[in-house]
Amino acid sequence: MSDPESATDSEFVTDPESVTAAESGDEPAVPEIDLPSDAFDAVLDALAGLAPDEWIRFEGFAVGVAGDDRAADADAHYVLEPAGDDSRTGLNERDLHAALADRAPAVTDWYVFERVVGEFGPRRAFLRWIEDADGATVAERYAALAAGIERAWGQLRVIATVTDRGERRYEVRHADDVGVPREELTAHDDPLEAREIVTLDGKGRYRPLKTAPTLRRGWVFPDLGPKELYETVETVYPATIANWHREREGELDVSHWRETMARQSGIYGVIRTWDRGEGHEHVNWVAEACCDDSQCLKRREWEYDEDTDLDVDGGEGVFPCREPCSVVVSAARKWTRLESEQPRTYEFDLTPSEKEQLEEIVDAVADGRTDEIREADTKEGANRYRARFLRAKLFDDAGNLGGVPTDPDDPDDPDDGE
Amino acid sequence: MQSLVIVAHGSHLNPESSAPTYAHADTIRASGAFDEVKTGFWKEEPHFREVLRTVEGDDVYVVPLFVSEGYFTEQVIPRELRLEGWDVSEWDSDGLSADQATLVASDVGREVHYCGPVGTHAAMTDVIERRAESVTGDPDVGEGFGLAVVGHGTERNENSAKAIEYHADRIRERGRFDEVRALYMDEDPEVDDLPEFFESDDVVLVPLFIADGYHTQEDIPEDVGLCEDHTEGYDVPETVDGTRIWYAGAVGTEPLMADVILERAADAGADLGDALATVRETTRVAAGD
Repeated sequence: MSDPESATDSEFVTDPESVTAAESGDEPAVPEIDLPSDAFDAVLDALAGLAPDEWIRFEGFAVGVAGDDRAADADAHYVLEPAGDDSRTGLNERDLHAALADRAPAVTDWYVFERVVGEFGPRRAFLRWIEDADGATVAERYAALAAGIERAWGQLRVIATVTDRGERRYEVRHADDVGVPREELTAHDDPLEAREIVTLDGKGRYRPLKTAPTLRRGWVFPDLGPKELYETVETVYPATIANWHREREGELDVSHWRETMARQSGIYGVIRTWDRGEGHEHVNWVAEACCDDSQCLKRREWEYDEDTDLDVDGGEGVFPCREPCSVVVSAARKWTRLESEQPRTYEFDLTPSEKEQLEEIVDAVADGRTDEIREADTKEGANRYRARFLRAKLFDDAGNLGGVPTDPDDPDDPDDGE
Repeated sequence: MQSLVIVAHGSHLNPESSAPTYAHADTIRASGAFDEVKTGFWKEEPHFREVLRTVEGDDVYVVPLFVSEGYFTEQVIPRELRLEGWDVSEWDSDGLSADQATLVASDVGREVHYCGPVGTHAAMTDVIERRAESVTGDPDVGEGFGLAVVGHGTERNENSAKAIEYHADRIRERGRFDEVRALYMDEDPEVDDLPEFFESDDVVLVPLFIADGYHTQEDIPEDVGLCEDHTEGYDVPETVDGTRIWYAGAVGTEPLMADVILERAADAGADLGDALATVRETTRVAAGD
């Protein structure tokens, strides 16, 4: 048999003595885990399918089947190889169960990731990341899970815990609802119910962009299993885990502005005419308008082109944005048309306060603050009475600011060109 | 592991656009025919560009929830899914007969079965009839009734009219309804003049659209004269020039649409067990009291 330890790099931590030692220090205690029969059965299943010289590797030890006894189907043919210790051979099923029950954290950890979570790359990487399974030992993780591990994903807060059978359970809620008693939140258990949650924002408005920071509050998924957690997160923020996973693997396929717009066809084909080889300032404006963290929680990784970075920050998001999204493409089509117009000089008089008020109105709309401005708060330039006063004073009957037609050739149409 | 990916248009403005896609995905999930059922969109998320990377299975069927062959099914979806070597000749279609093409999606480096759109499948004819049953509440509706199948004309896409005529012809041949007409929004015969084309006192009007939105909720009701302005609403049936019009709204919202999605996947080789029978049964219209 080959040495089972040669292929494992984990520390030896999982016997009951080490638990006792951990309890005596400042570290959180590793919880008592009862080895569940489904985990033990899965180990027996895996042992039955082992080829000669193969091992099932757990953190700190491995189990196998003695080669000579395999064909004979002998009763006592299991082998246990603890790290740095002599191997124990000739174990029957009862002996093996006792040995694995003594190492229940490592066995249930194997069972969770090899049998419950499965192989699918993004899901496995996400669930291992939740508890730092590729950095921390089983003992460290089980102790941390017993206390609750909290992770942020966009506006979601995930709290991972472990049951006394080693199963992972997860709670998901809005970050702003952290600390709210569960019974005050609407509980859900089916990940697909998240579709309802993400459709409208807190004010009942449709959310065309799932990664906009407008997720509504008031709900909780109190008790999800690993696959259900993954499905819930993927429903709230579609494809974010897959893209985050690709990025961690160094395989994120970024499609920059130029190539994305060159790919467009139909009514969006016009966007490529907006790039005129005169710099990329217009794309800076797009990114500042649409991709700022205040508008979208993805971290923008696309630039103008492979050699030309944009001048605005990509944001701090956990998950990446790999190409201009459909919202950006649709808006860019509009801007391509609007930006093809030539500037004109208009002449009208404003008081200094009126100029500042126009600036405040633009700021309030751009920052989504109009709903926050109180009805009687006339100190605010974007206050409704203030805006109505400005319109009454400065707009003519055709809606022209300062009575100046937008198009001098068509003085009655203030919306010329649109 | 067998996976279904339903791809649809979606909307930046209207949450109802994706609602039928989700509803049919749920019906198919409940049937157990696939190990996983995913949805992808042009205007929502996950986008066509990223949906395949969320798919776990290795036997993948992509079914476009679109009414006809054209710009989206022939250009946009194959390009955005990154189907290597795609050419519309892969479908060898006359505009109605696209079935499937098996191509490698370079996004995931795996083969996918890219199916024809639901709207041109023969089973879609049954959905139009089922829609008439739903809106009248009568599983035996037909005698004494006319049926109008309505779509865009050829202005946007010549295959759009082909699909409308195809289903209208099939329903007419079945002889269930007294009269069947194909009508259009932007060409003759126009839906605006619906009462002129029917002798029957009752006509069911079924728009061949995937989701309710601007066309089915504003354009058609106003054009037909069900209401002056869509914000006023209308009754079902509503009498216009002596004809009682039973306006069905988008056919794509009919639960039996899930069956057409399954038929597309089955035609491309998916193993569905008894899911087709299950879905036909569970989406049936109950007989009225």
